[in-house]
Amino acid sequence: MKLSKFALRGATALAMLAMAVPALAANNSVTLGMVLEPTHLDPTAGAAAAIDEVVYANLYEGLTRIDSKGAVQPALAKSWTVSDDGLTYTFMLEEGVKFHDGTDFNADDVVFSLDRARGEDSVNAQKALFSAIDKVEAVDASTVKITLSQANGSMLFNLGWGDAVMVAPESADGNKANPVGTGPFKFVKWVKGDRIELAKSDTYWGDADVLEKATFKIISDPAAAFAAMMAGDVDGFPNFPAPENLDQFRADPRFSVVVGSTEGETVLAINNAKAPFDNLKVRQAVSYAINRQSIIDGAMFGNGTPIGSHFAPHHPAYVDLTGAYAYDPEKAKALLAEAGFPDGFDAEIKLPPPSYARRGGEIIAADLKKVGINLKIIPVEWGPWVKDVFTETNFDLTIVSHTEPQDISIYAREKYYFNYKSDAFKGVMDELNKTTDTDGRYKLLGEAQQILSDDAVNGFLFQLAKTGVWNAKLNGLWENSPVQANDLTGVSWSE
Amino acid sequence: MITFIFFLRRIAFSSVTLFVASIVIFAIIQILPGDPAQLILGMNAQADTLAALREQMGLNAPFYSRYFEWVLGIMVGDFGTSYTYSVPVSELILERLWISLPLAVMALSLSTLIAIPAGVIAASRHNKWPDVSIMGFTQLGIAIPNFWFAMLLVLVFAIKLQWMPAGGFAGWDAGIGAGILSLTLPAIALALPQASILARIMRSALLDVLAEDYMRTARAKGLTERMTLWRHGVRNAFIPVLTILGLQFSFLIAGTIIIENIFYLPGLGRLIFQAIAQRDLIVLQGLVLLLVAAVIFINLLVDAAYAMVDPRIKRAYHE
Repeated sequence: MKLSKFALRGATALAMLAMAVPALAANNSVTLGMVLEPTHLDPTAGAAAAIDEVVYANLYEGLTRIDSKGAVQPALAKSWTVSDDGLTYTFMLEEGVKFHDGTDFNADDVVFSLDRARGEDSVNAQKALFSAIDKVEAVDASTVKITLSQANGSMLFNLGWGDAVMVAPESADGNKANPVGTGPFKFVKWVKGDRIELAKSDTYWGDADVLEKATFKIISDPAAAFAAMMAGDVDGFPNFPAPENLDQFRADPRFSVVVGSTEGETVLAINNAKAPFDNLKVRQAVSYAINRQSIIDGAMFGNGTPIGSHFAPHHPAYVDLTGAYAYDPEKAKALLAEAGFPDGFDAEIKLPPPSYARRGGEIIAADLKKVGINLKIIPVEWGPWVKDVFTETNFDLTIVSHTEPQDISIYAREKYYFNYKSDAFKGVMDELNKTTDTDGRYKLLGEAQQILSDDAVNGFLFQLAKTGVWNAKLNGLWENSPVQANDLTGVSWSE
Repeated sequence: MITFIFFLRRIAFSSVTLFVASIVIFAIIQILPGDPAQLILGMNAQADTLAALREQMGLNAPFYSRYFEWVLGIMVGDFGTSYTYSVPVSELILERLWISLPLAVMALSLSTLIAIPAGVIAASRHNKWPDVSIMGFTQLGIAIPNFWFAMLLVLVFAIKLQWMPAGGFAGWDAGIGAGILSLTLPAIALALPQASILARIMRSALLDVLAEDYMRTARAKGLTERMTLWRHGVRNAFIPVLTILGLQFSFLIAGTIIIENIFYLPGLGRLIFQAIAQRDLIVLQGLVLLLVAAVIFINLLVDAAYAMVDPRIKRAYHE
C-alpha cells in the first residue's frame, strides 16, 4: 500500500501548490450559499423562489418594494397618489435611472413591463397580481398612470413582488440568461450548477453603499452545506438546509444563527369536496387530532410557529387562533362519532418531497390513528404531486407549505386544489379589495382568518421558519422573509 | 484492411443500438407524470399563462413530430433548448462535461496507477505478506462507502487543515491549478473503491496467467523473472482488467452523483438529477442519449484495446 500513500501525498502536494493563489479580500465581498439553483434569472417568467432569492432588490427593482418587515416602500417610484375611488394610481418615477446596459429607465419602460406581465402571451407566474389593472399609461417621461377596473387594496404590495419588476424592451427577452435591471448590483456570470456572481453597479441611481462583489453558491446537500460553512467557503446560508446542525453553529462563536419567520403557511391540506372530508365535523375532528407542537419538534427540530389559520404570525393583522382547535383527541373522537364514524375510517395522505411534508406526514398519521383515522402514506415527487393533487385534485390529504406572501385570497378562488367553497369568505375578500385604509383592511383580514378557522378548511400546522446561519461579522441580512429574497443592499462587514 | 472492416461493422452495429436507444428514451420520458410548464410557473399560475408557456416550449405538438424534430436536430448537433434554463442543451451538457470528464480521467488514472502495481505485486508475492496486506487494504477499500470516505476527506483536508475548499468548482478560467485542486478530493474519493476492485482483478487474472505453461516456457528460454512477469504475464492478464476499466469509466462519467453532491460539483450526474426533478425533459433526453453513446464508444475503445493486447481476438472475428 506504499503506492497509494505516495499518490495521496503527491495529490496533497499538488493541492498545496495551487493554494498559493491568494483568496480575494474578504471584507468587500460576500458569498452566500443556497440550496436550489434558480432555473433562470428572470423573475417575471417563473415561480421558483430561487430566482427571487438572487435577483430581488439586488439586480431588479419594481415601482415599489417590500422591506424586511413586509411593508411597502418606494423604489423606482419615489412617490404616488391614489384617487379617492381607489381606481387611479399615479406614480412619480425616480429620475436619472439607468439599466445595467446603459439605457435609460422611464415611463415607457413601466408601460412595457406591466403590459408584458399582464398580456395575452404572458408567462408571468403571478399574472393574477395584475388582473385588476385596466390600463397603464405614460403621462410624461417620469409619470405613470395606472387605471384599475376594480379597486384593489393590495395593488401597491402587488407591485412590490419580484414578478412585477421593471425590465427594458431592449433586454427583456435575454433576461433569463443575461439579466439587465436597474438594481445596485449587476450580473457578472453564472457558472451553471455552481455559482452566480454579481458586482456593484457603477451607474446605480440610489445612494446604496453596497459590497463590491456578491456570489451565490449552489450547495444542495445538507452535509456539504455544513462542511462549506465550517471550511469558510461560504459566508452564510440565509436558509440553512439542515436544522439538525443548528446547535453546532450556535455553540461556535464564529457564526450567528438567526431563526426568523417566512411567508410559508404549512398546512395539512384537505380535499373539501371529497367524502368524508366534505363534512365539517370530520374536518374539525382532524384539526383537534393533530398536535402541532409535536410536528414542529419532530419534523422541524423545533423551528416553526404554530398557526390556527392561513396567516403569517409576524403580520400586524394576524389573529391568534391556535387555541380554536387545541390538541384534544377525545373531542376529535366525539366529533367523528357525531359525524357517523364512531370507528373511524381509512384515507390516504400524499406527501411531496420536502422534509416538513415527509416527516410531518408520519407524525400526523400517528396522531390521526389515535382517533381512528387510518392513513395510508403515499410519498410522491413534485411532478406527480402537481398533476394528481394540485391539478386533478385527486387526493384526500396532503401537506404543503404555501410560500407566496399574503396569499389568504387563494381560499376565494373558484377552483383551487382543496376545493373550498364559501360565499361568506368570498364576500370578505371582495370587501378587502375595495378597501384601501389600513385599519379597515386589517379588520377584514382578521374576519377572513376567523372564517377559515371556523370552517376548519385545512389542518393549519405551522409557519415555516427561516433558519439562517452566517458569519458573526456579517450584518444586514434579513431575519424574516416577507418575500422570498436575499436583499443585499444593507449587507456589510463589521470591523 | 481487416481492422478497418472490423471497426466499420462495429460502428454500424453501434448506430443501430443508438437509434433504438433514442426511441426507448423518448418513449419512457413521455410517460413521466408532471407538466413541465406547471412546474416552472408554480402553484399560482393561471390556466392561460400555462397554455402560453406550453405553446412557447413546443409541448403542444404531437409526440411523433416532437420525436423527429429532436432526432433530426441532434443529427446536425442541435439538442434543443432547455425548458428551465432557456439555453441550448448542448451548451449545458458541454459545461458539465468539462468537469465530469476531467474528474473521471483523474479518478481512473489515480485508480489505475495504484491498482495495477498493487495487483502485480500481490500476485507475484502470492500468499506472502505483501499479498496478504494488499488484499487486506483492498477489502477495506471496497467495504468503505465512498460517500463516507469523501466526507472524511472533507473533514480532514478542508475543515481541519483548510488545504483545499470543501467543494465547488473554481472553473477552468480560474487556472488549471485551481481546477485540479477542486477535483482532487472527489477524484481520491472515487478512486479508492475503484482501485480496490481493479487491484483484485489484476491479481487474480495474473495468478491465472502465471499458472500457464507458456510462463514456464518463457522462463526456460532464459528470461529473467521480472521480464517474464511483465512481458508475458501482465500483458496476458490485461483482458479482464480492460473490461473492468471500461465499465468503471462509463460509471465515472455519470454515476458519480453522490460524490458530486458531497462536493457540490456541477457535473453531469447532478444535471441529470436536476433535469428529472424539474421535468426538463429535453435536457434529460439529450443527456441519457449522450451517455448511451458514451458507453457504446467506450466499449468500442475497449474492444480495440483487446485486439491490441491480444491479436487472437481480432482474428477470431473473421474466422
